[in-house]
Amino acid sequence: MKKQAVKSLRVFAIELAVYAVLVTCYFFLVLHLLGNWLYHLENQHRYIYAGVALLLIVGQAVVLDAVTTLLFRLLRGRWR
Amino acid sequence: MFFPISHADINPIYLVVVGFIIGIFGGFFGVGGSFIAGPALRLMGVDWNYAVGTDLAHIVGKSIVAAKQHRALGNVDLKLGLIMALGTIGGAECGAQLIQALKRAGNVNTVVSYVAIVVYTGIAAFMLWESQKTLRTYKSRSKISGDIDPKKDRSAFGPVTRTIQRLKIWPMIALPTSGIRAISLWTIVLVAFVGGLFSGFLGGGAGYIRMPSMVYVLGIPTHLAVGTDLFEIVISASYGTITHAIKGNVDILIALVMHTGAVIGAQIGVVATQYFAGPKIRLAFVPLPLIGAAIVIYTLMTGHKL
Repeated sequence: MKKQAVKSLRVFAIELAVYAVLVTCYFFLVLHLLGNWLYHLENQHRYIYAGVALLLIVGQAVVLDAVTTLLFRLLRGRWR
Repeated sequence: MFFPISHADINPIYLVVVGFIIGIFGGFFGVGGSFIAGPALRLMGVDWNYAVGTDLAHIVGKSIVAAKQHRALGNVDLKLGLIMALGTIGGAECGAQLIQALKRAGNVNTVVSYVAIVVYTGIAAFMLWESQKTLRTYKSRSKISGDIDPKKDRSAFGPVTRTIQRLKIWPMIALPTSGIRAISLWTIVLVAFVGGLFSGFLGGGAGYIRMPSMVYVLGIPTHLAVGTDLFEIVISASYGTITHAIKGNVDILIALVMHTGAVIGAQIGVVATQYFAGPKIRLAFVPLPLIGAAIVIYTLMTGHKL
């Protein structure tokens, strides 16, 4: 039981580390590129900005959920 | 990191950690977590209007992830969620109108604050009483018969819930996923409407009103109430995000960064629900409305809106 818990924690720590690297890349690439464009959109086309904002958060939710699920499966499979 | 839309300078790690904590609460209790996100953003110097709108956008993303995970565990009643979303949106609009009326009367802050304190502490006190009574009954019954399933949801408020379910107001609908044979559509809409009203009136998603209402008034098992509430929040918070973004209250960049932490937190919260019986989840829920009440009392006493 204890061995299993240690194993689970180790897999979770690796998952978090891999996820952190991915998220850091995401900050620098996507947010940096989108920042100015979204700022101008928010100032000039509020209605389009509202739609884009919702699409972005929904899209990110779907993608990140898929990424974490994939990471989870890959690492669990490797450490089993 | 500078966020040009809200002109705020915030450490992204701080946002990720805040998102992570809210994600755990959201996945476990089915709440939006605006009572944490709002003050956390205000502490970093984000204007109040941006804190409210941005929080809603972040709630959409977090709730999608948590609701998807809950659905995989069979904890989402789609039919109930869709009906409730309509009632919530209607209630939220009425709540916002009520706020406007109170603003014109000039006493909005006092009225909203006192109502919030009474409602939050009332919910916490009731849930504390009910969950403890149910847990005590569980223990004594399991001692006598030894065949009580701890995962099966029971409530000390059950007789009242069953009386509400027996109200025959047309149209009656069945909710097979939630194990309800017949309930009036209007009861569901009314519960959602009241939740939405408080959401529009007090701010945030009002999950700490809707989730207990689903359990005690509609008789939905706690695990299903959590999952269905999250699904319903996806729809109502999306609507809120659009309206707030049009009014210029959403910094989507902040929401996206917060959401990266919330994804992991929400998944942990969802998995954790599987290890607790309904009354224990309800007992653990008690501090949440009390935190909300404490924030309102602080605002009332100091004049600083957190």
